[in-house]
Amino acid sequence: MRIPLTWLREYAQVPAEATAEDVMTDLVKVGFEEEDVHRPLDEISGPIVVGQVLSKEPEAQTNGKTINWCTVRVVPEGATQTLDIDGIDPTGVQGIVCGAHNFEVGDKVVVTLPGAVLPGDFRITPRKTYGHVSAGMIASVRELGIGDDHDGILVLSTLGLDPELGTDALALLGLDDEAAEINVTPDRGYAFSIRGVAREYAHATDSVFTDPASLVSVTASTGEGHAVVLADEAPIYGIPGCDRFVARTVSGINTALPTPPWMSSRLRLAGIRSISLPVDISNYVMLELGQPLHFYDAGKLDGAITVRRAAAGETLKTLDGKVRKLDAEDLLITDGSGPIGVAGVMGGASTEVTSATSTVLIEAAHFEEVSIARSRRRHKLPSEASKRFERGVDPLVADIAAQRAVNLLVELAGGTEETTATDVFTVVASAPVFLPSGYTSARIGIEFTQAQIIGSLTDLGADVEKVDGGYSVTAPSWRHDLLTKEDLTEEVARLVGFDLIPSSLPTAPPGRGYSRKQQQRRRVVQALADSGLTEIMAYPFVSKASNDAFGVAEAGAPRTAVKLANPLSEEFGFLRTSVLPGLIEIAKRNHSRGFHDLALFESGIVFLPSDTLGTASIPPLGVKPSDEVLDALYDGIPYQPLTMAAVFTGKDSPAAPSHAPRAWDWADAIDAARLVADVVGVELIISQGSHQAFHPGRAAQLTLRSGEVVGYAGELHPKLLSELNMPARSVAMEINAEKVFAAAADIIVAKPISTFPVATQDVALVVPAEVAAATVLETLREGAGELLEDVALFDEYQGTGIPEGRKSLAFGLRFRAADRTLTSDEASAARASAVELAAERFGATQR
Amino acid sequence: MTAEMPEPTNEPATVPDPLDEVAIGAAVQEALAAIDAAATLDELKTARLAHTGEKSPLSLANREIGGLAKEFKAAAGKLMGGSRGRVAKALAARTEVLEAEDAARILIEETVDVTAAPRRRRAGARHPLSTLQDRVSDIFVGMGWEIAEGPELESEWFNFDALNFKPDHPAREMQDTFFVEPPEAHLLMRTHTSPVQVRSMLERELPIYVLCPGKVFRTDELDATHTPVFHQFEGLAIDKNLSMADLRGTLEHFARLMFGEEASIRLRPNFFPFTEPSAELDIWHPGAKGGPRWIEWGGCGMVNPNVLRAAGIDPEEYSGFAFGMGIERTLMFRNEVGDMHDMIEGDVRFSEHFGMEI
Repeated sequence: MRIPLTWLREYAQVPAEATAEDVMTDLVKVGFEEEDVHRPLDEISGPIVVGQVLSKEPEAQTNGKTINWCTVRVVPEGATQTLDIDGIDPTGVQGIVCGAHNFEVGDKVVVTLPGAVLPGDFRITPRKTYGHVSAGMIASVRELGIGDDHDGILVLSTLGLDPELGTDALALLGLDDEAAEINVTPDRGYAFSIRGVAREYAHATDSVFTDPASLVSVTASTGEGHAVVLADEAPIYGIPGCDRFVARTVSGINTALPTPPWMSSRLRLAGIRSISLPVDISNYVMLELGQPLHFYDAGKLDGAITVRRAAAGETLKTLDGKVRKLDAEDLLITDGSGPIGVAGVMGGASTEVTSATSTVLIEAAHFEEVSIARSRRRHKLPSEASKRFERGVDPLVADIAAQRAVNLLVELAGGTEETTATDVFTVVASAPVFLPSGYTSARIGIEFTQAQIIGSLTDLGADVEKVDGGYSVTAPSWRHDLLTKEDLTEEVARLVGFDLIPSSLPTAPPGRGYSRKQQQRRRVVQALADSGLTEIMAYPFVSKASNDAFGVAEAGAPRTAVKLANPLSEEFGFLRTSVLPGLIEIAKRNHSRGFHDLALFESGIVFLPSDTLGTASIPPLGVKPSDEVLDALYDGIPYQPLTMAAVFTGKDSPAAPSHAPRAWDWADAIDAARLVADVVGVELIISQGSHQAFHPGRAAQLTLRSGEVVGYAGELHPKLLSELNMPARSVAMEINAEKVFAAAADIIVAKPISTFPVATQDVALVVPAEVAAATVLETLREGAGELLEDVALFDEYQGTGIPEGRKSLAFGLRFRAADRTLTSDEASAARASAVELAAERFGATQR
Repeated sequence: MTAEMPEPTNEPATVPDPLDEVAIGAAVQEALAAIDAAATLDELKTARLAHTGEKSPLSLANREIGGLAKEFKAAAGKLMGGSRGRVAKALAARTEVLEAEDAARILIEETVDVTAAPRRRRAGARHPLSTLQDRVSDIFVGMGWEIAEGPELESEWFNFDALNFKPDHPAREMQDTFFVEPPEAHLLMRTHTSPVQVRSMLERELPIYVLCPGKVFRTDELDATHTPVFHQFEGLAIDKNLSMADLRGTLEHFARLMFGEEASIRLRPNFFPFTEPSAELDIWHPGAKGGPRWIEWGGCGMVNPNVLRAAGIDPEEYSGFAFGMGIERTLMFRNEVGDMHDMIEGDVRFSEHFGMEI
């Protein structure tokens, strides 16, 4: 909401020297955030004065144009020029070249004299042009920043003005005013008016407020005006769509009369364009009193007005020329011809006020908030009117606003007031709210006095009655948001001042610290970073193709992903089912910025919907849903496991003296996955895997001891890498951290440490090439029995000396007994039985 | 070695007489000179072999003692013992000197340029948003609060209705929401972490003191100060007799831990459907770029009784306060990040500059 200061000053005691900034500083105390300042004088400065054209000589130019060589008097007749600026003639008559032709000798115009600055930092100086020295400019509305019309210069008589020569045109045109723009929260519809803001300004500054509504006396008698019927047969939430409709008639208006500059300048500062006098008047009254009005051309109305819901199939051509299909829930203004407006949102074209209109019917109605909000959304028609109705309009100001509009139409448009009026009034008075004594103090922490409580609420316009145990408070008609004792409490605190709230630190009961999962997550993330990876955070919005490529192990398998209904970009319209697409995008961005050796990871949520998606309905607010309903809400939320993923490209480090960098390879990816499990003490079983995003021979499947597959790691598929424009041999891993964390033991049971000597033996086995090393290792462990303390693969060899299709695996075995020193025979026997089992299982032979 | 090669003969021409003090003295002098002249351990070895070896004059002379008449043995033994002792002592001294020189030389030869040390341990980094989230959580956990989390894809009821957003109220549109298909499922990307507050109230025992950090979503296009995906931390306290003074005290304590002892907070009236009264929260940031000043930080207020009711908590018995701030915004003014793009683009330079700290 933008507040022109001259307007605010009519109803609030704003100091003469106060700027828009000062006003905003005061309003912020009562809860209006500062938004902006609109001050024409920041862009335009004088001398800009009223002048009269004394002579106008058309001169044809060689370029085909005709210019006018004019002399213009810029001081009163008989007076001399007092301005002493280079280029300003002491005689008070300026010579000016003007390209426009829409004026005559004798017209009064706006002259920008040398020294003036126009919007866009356009500085006026005498200049030689078309053979003359042009010492100033005769201005158009566009040059002055007050309109779009560039075709001709501004002739002041067209605005109904006949000022003295030399008058300051900036003041004359209202350009010396300024506006404070504040943000109005959605609960305070009343503040979308000068009336509401002036009242708040008075609260903020503890000064006197004059209610503009109190300055209008409604003179008409009601009952005999244009017939209006309220016939809402399908109220939303049981509240009638319209509970008041005031109709007033003004005849004989002259639509050709101009909008006076004081009005158009205030509208402009408030952010509303001047359209025509009747439209400007309706907007002016809306801004002043907060009541949206609609003007109908009474001559085009077909009988009585009925306010009702739309019928199936009805349409309406709105003021913007579009034909709109109406919904049965739309509240309509209708006459004998059918719909003539969507109530509170937009009027119809058929009854529009035009330049030919002579009699105007003014509608000042009160519409219900939800109905207006839904129609506005349905038809995508945000308007100044719907904005106010959605947030609540004072139902008791309708007749006053209508009268104010009548008065302005009479005064400015030459109309005649019809003294009979229609006022269909079914407004239900708001019920009093009980505010217990002491409640406000307990909730805010300030010991409020009774005088402060009663005083604050009375200042708001509420009726406060002291009753047994508290106060009975009836909110003013414009404060439909004051429904509970909490609402009243906020108002008391707001007017007394939030700054007075003291400070006390409550003591929480003994907490349990971070949950196990929170600790696991933090330690894993830290460990990944500590091991040299860089954490990134990508958006979870991905393309369907990315989900299909990375989200499913098997090509062509169905991947159900959640689709956004209103994505920012259609391409990235799905929620990720894998963290890898985002990591790869970010890797590519880093590549494009010259960073090729990368180790990136992300710890984030993926979205894995099942068949149940959401709930068909949602329970109402303000009550706890039943257990069944709550269970359904919980069950409808798709599985969103915490997932860790990493991508590696290029080398592990920069080359340096006595250091040879190593290219990241598939084993690094597996190692990163292992790290995730190691940090939380979970065993991860690595086996040869198959995932469409990975190299078919270089992918590890990651499995828990329970047999559950929790992820993949290895080299990304060369074809996919090339499609993605990623470096060849890039490697990656992705693991469901949630499942890994859950597999962690609650308690790790200690293993006794034997201090007897170790017996180490090596064995090299030749096995078929396709047998996995891990399988051979497990077999050795099994075959060696309990004397085996540890076994590790230390070499793998294929080539000379080893038959085709076989490989040699070398293992180191460590034997130790818990209770004695092993003899070498015992160790050898254990080794032999290990080898024997391997021979039995895979035909392994010792090398 | 072949038989044809002649036996090496280093037998001296004459064997000194072990009683000849002059001849023995000359041999000693010769030995001492050779030891002294040895510049390396190798030369010293040569000198040692030449002057103390089996064929050296002193050894040969010593051997003659056995053949002397009994009455000369003592004098010869004394002369030879003293002479050989002098040579052995000189040898030991020279060996020590040369060995020390050798050790020192080796150490000098092994000198490296330590400034050229390679970085073998790759320096990883946390994302500053994640580090800052941890830092904030640590502060509240230190106060006895717990950390609560919830899903990012959430039911409309938890995100709006349970938080007292009326179905058709404009407040619901203030938070431009990503909905998911189909619309009948009433699922959305949470627009704030407040649904976690509702879940906490439904799932936890009273009293409740929880902090809810996490990712939230709004349909804002990415620019220097907006991003459709960002992070919040929200606090919720539900207890008997909590007032706005407790809210202020909690926020002040937190602000001081984050921004130093001089930090303070300011509350301005505002509106949120889930709190009543509601306030905008400004922080006095003593270390702000360009000098100390008030900075808009977040929103807060006393939990609206309708929110308590939605979670089955009796608002006549319990009251509560809630607050919420943006982590990106905090990072912007706390760590002087000028452009939101830096936080979301994943440029490694951004994270690596912060390393593991914030």
